[in-house]
Amino acid sequence: MKSAVITFPGSNCDRDMAVAIEKTTGKAPARIWHGESQLPGNFDLIAVPGGFSYGDYLRSGAMAARSPIMNAIVKAAEHGTAILGVCNGFQILTESLLLPGALMRNAGIDFVCREVPLIVENTGSSFTKAYQQGEQIIIPVAHHDGNYFADDETLDRLEGDGRVAFRYAEPVNGSARNIAGILNAKGNVLGMMPHPERHIETLQGGTDGVRLFKSLAQSLLEAV
Amino acid sequence: MKIRIFVTLKNGVLDPQGKAIHHSLEGLGFSGINDVRSGRLIEMDVDDNVSDNDIDAMCRKLLANMVIENYHIEKVSEGADT
Repeated sequence: MKSAVITFPGSNCDRDMAVAIEKTTGKAPARIWHGESQLPGNFDLIAVPGGFSYGDYLRSGAMAARSPIMNAIVKAAEHGTAILGVCNGFQILTESLLLPGALMRNAGIDFVCREVPLIVENTGSSFTKAYQQGEQIIIPVAHHDGNYFADDETLDRLEGDGRVAFRYAEPVNGSARNIAGILNAKGNVLGMMPHPERHIETLQGGTDGVRLFKSLAQSLLEAV
Repeated sequence: MKIRIFVTLKNGVLDPQGKAIHHSLEGLGFSGINDVRSGRLIEMDVDDNVSDNDIDAMCRKLLANMVIENYHIEKVSEGADT
């Protein structure tokens, strides 16, 4: 699996993401600076990591979504490359319109930083097939703007098309319908607020994140 | 040319910051506050030949998130208090 991790000014989970990908799939990802306007080759997976790109100025993810590399990522997404956006990466993917809706300030305005239970809602995607339908897993969150918002029509469409990948098993941040992660219509773009890359070895308190990367490696292997 | 752009949340979009401000104001003893909505003011100084279309595009492409926000453009006349 050829993968890449993008770094924006203010990204702080890019290294964790790179380590998680290497540990779970056996191959280190390429590291790409946001200022590049082209991807150096073809990739099976592009990860847009968490952090505070551009200091969350204007809106979380707004500036990063207009970075030169994002044009290349949008094109790659159109060609079917798997795109994983975690936390600030999810915000960047909604700001760049690869995913619908927006991530707003948490209800209660607190920064939420803890392990949360998630329900796996979709096991048909290349990101989630190693999980069981309806399974409860534990993945940590750490965010200020994770309150997912979309109009009712969009939410109904997401639910109806099975595009809600993960749902919080309990209220965490005020997200509409407790949505924690969503897929695009083609199923090759996943945005999620929880950090799977932070639960890949027991030392981190859990390993439920491993299967997300294993799912990708397995799916992409099958696709070849 | 000085321009002010007001970015506000669309009706129906919950505003946790507005709610917190509301709560805080009441905590200070102020009463009679029915609702608080927070937004953002962006002031720009642009060349006179920058078109209205361009300013509108700036709002749509970056300054406002059209999923959740509206914007309102105000041109500040010369000599007005900024």
